Amino acid sequence: MTDPARLALLALLLPASSFIILAVVTPLRRHGRAAAGLSVLFAAGSLVAAIGALRLSTDGGFTEWLWAWIPAEAGPLVTIGVLADGDSALMLVLVALVSFLVQVYSLGYLSDETGPSLGRYYTYQSLFAFSMMGLVLAPNFAQLFICWELVGLCSYLLIGYWYTRPEAARAAVKAFWITKAADVGLLIGIVLLWRQTGTFDFLDLLQMADTGVIPLAGLGVITFCIYLGASGKSAQFPFHVWLPDAMEGPTPVSALIHAATMVTAGVYLLTRTVWLFRLTPDVMQIIAWNGAFTALLAAVLACVQTDIKRVLAYSTVSQLGYMMAAIGAGFASAGFLHLLTHGIFKALLFLGAGAVIHAVGTNDIFQMGGLARRMPQTAIVFIVGTLSLAGVPLFAGFFSKEEILGAVLAGGFPGPFGMLLFGAFLTAFYMFRVVFITFFGTPAAAHHAHDHHVHDASPFMAAPLWILALLSVGIGTLFAFWHPRAEFEELGWLTPTAVVVALAGIAFAYLVYQRRAISADTLAAVFGPIRAAALRRFWIDDIFAFIYRGLMLQLARLVGWVDRYLVDGILNLLSAWTLMAGDRLRRMQSGRGQDYVYGIALGVLLLLVWIRWPR
Amino acid sequence: MGLHAYLMLAAVLFVIGFFGVVTRRNTVGILLGIELMLNAVNINLVAFARFNADIVGMIFTSFTIPITVAEVALGLAIVILIFRMKRTVIADHLDILKG
Repeated sequence: MTDPARLALLALLLPASSFIILAVVTPLRRHGRAAAGLSVLFAAGSLVAAIGALRLSTDGGFTEWLWAWIPAEAGPLVTIGVLADGDSALMLVLVALVSFLVQVYSLGYLSDETGPSLGRYYTYQSLFAFSMMGLVLAPNFAQLFICWELVGLCSYLLIGYWYTRPEAARAAVKAFWITKAADVGLLIGIVLLWRQTGTFDFLDLLQMADTGVIPLAGLGVITFCIYLGASGKSAQFPFHVWLPDAMEGPTPVSALIHAATMVTAGVYLLTRTVWLFRLTPDVMQIIAWNGAFTALLAAVLACVQTDIKRVLAYSTVSQLGYMMAAIGAGFASAGFLHLLTHGIFKALLFLGAGAVIHAVGTNDIFQMGGLARRMPQTAIVFIVGTLSLAGVPLFAGFFSKEEILGAVLAGGFPGPFGMLLFGAFLTAFYMFRVVFITFFGTPAAAHHAHDHHVHDASPFMAAPLWILALLSVGIGTLFAFWHPRAEFEELGWLTPTAVVVALAGIAFAYLVYQRRAISADTLAAVFGPIRAAALRRFWIDDIFAFIYRGLMLQLARLVGWVDRYLVDGILNLLSAWTLMAGDRLRRMQSGRGQDYVYGIALGVLLLLVWIRWPR
Repeated sequence: MGLHAYLMLAAVLFVIGFFGVVTRRNTVGILLGIELMLNAVNINLVAFARFNADIVGMIFTSFTIPITVAEVALGLAIVILIFRMKRTVIADHLDILKG
């Protein structure tokens, strides 16, 4: 096996077979533990295959393994298969790695679940791993769209894993519908692109873009539609509202789907098709500005959250905004690099938060406090993740975030650059706010009652945390000595600025929440209106609710009225008339034979007159 | 006597039969009227056969007469059955098909 595509295919088919086995063999699934073991085993195999594919793949070299799906006269219309190259193999490894670690972690996190319920969880996990890998390896838009919808389905199923809780069920439906609304854009974009170029295939399209055969007229609409789909999946403004609510799912699910892999699918799609977007600079501008705006908006929102998972959710939205901004600025590789590092450290943060939640039994950071002494291991890994996210040197997020800042500036976007720089300050601030409140400070009274619960996580949960923490530090250190050459001229002052901004955010959080040199209440008073607005989530959810209740439901009511009274009314009137006429005519029927004879005689007479009538 | 005389006879017979069919209240009377009408038709057939020198009309008539006999037998049987069920043979009382 020297072909990366074959190994990638193996990595793709392992979770698929695990899903099929678990879905078909009911006793195995209902046993729970056995299902988990099988799923984890297959995930490990998939990870090994993915790493193998990455080692064999070369930068810029594409290897394909295709089957014809929809035949047509001039070659197959749609193919399915795998397309392995440097980018997709890297992404494949990230998906396989996080998927494997999260499945191991879930063994500890969900140990209280019943057998059937745990089996259901691992069935969905396998399906998700398969769909996500299928998305990553998709050689054309058609397969990509199918897998795109499949991961959306898995997201829905896993957010609603505790479906008896009404909030979880609501959040699942919300996530499903909002991403679905955006997916309509993607579907329209794909179909329009096919009409314009006659192919779904990435490599064909790439060749057409390189040789400049793609007609530019109307291409802006197409790329914008594709961007719409990507912005729904990657929680860009105004579609970001579903992601914080999606935190109702189990924490490992949040780590895997709503931080590391599925939400980055939009960014990945844009990275994959960036040559198409380069042809439409207007859309690139929109992507850059909207990305920077989303990054800043979500960072502000994260500052006022008290739910640890919601802080992380908004920070995910914010970081996705960074990636989008870099792609919009024309440097997709910077965004893709941040996608990879972010996948590692955000999964780490979520799993760390999960360990805390598992121990304390609440999501509210103000009910935690002083956990560093009770859970030292968790505290260390969580702080590693936080430093990565804040962009401190020697940690994974530092280099990629700085590269994004440089890319946005080099792309000629000073406005978004300012927004992102301020966003970086806020990122450091809100993350260390969580760290200081949760792990340091005075323990809150609430969890004294079950103090004996609060201890470091079990080995199943701790091992993935340590692996991810080591990877975060390792990648950061690696980049400090050797880092991929940037595509743009790097500015000398950028690195110190980025570091200073990050450290300033940390220092500010330290002063407010640790030393309490600046009172948090004073801070709240100073930023009163913004804080109030942020607590209402800038009314974006309300706007969506208004659009739904105020406009769509009213429209539905109007349409319902028209249907019920106008359309049905006309039909009812017609049928009533028919009935009435029938009732009148009924009386003609006397039932006496002789009357009918008269009728016949009259008819014959009329016929004779008609025949004999002079014409 | 020409063809017209026969046709006139047939027409008169037909009208008398029709009159009987529509005015009689008794079902048996109605059947008799029908017989008259049928015989008017038979006279027409025979008359045309005779004056056109075509044997077919005669043959046709020799078929219709037995059929008429069978029809009368059937009609009378039905009347008897109706009488058994409804204890009446007056046509005005037999109006179960009234709308």
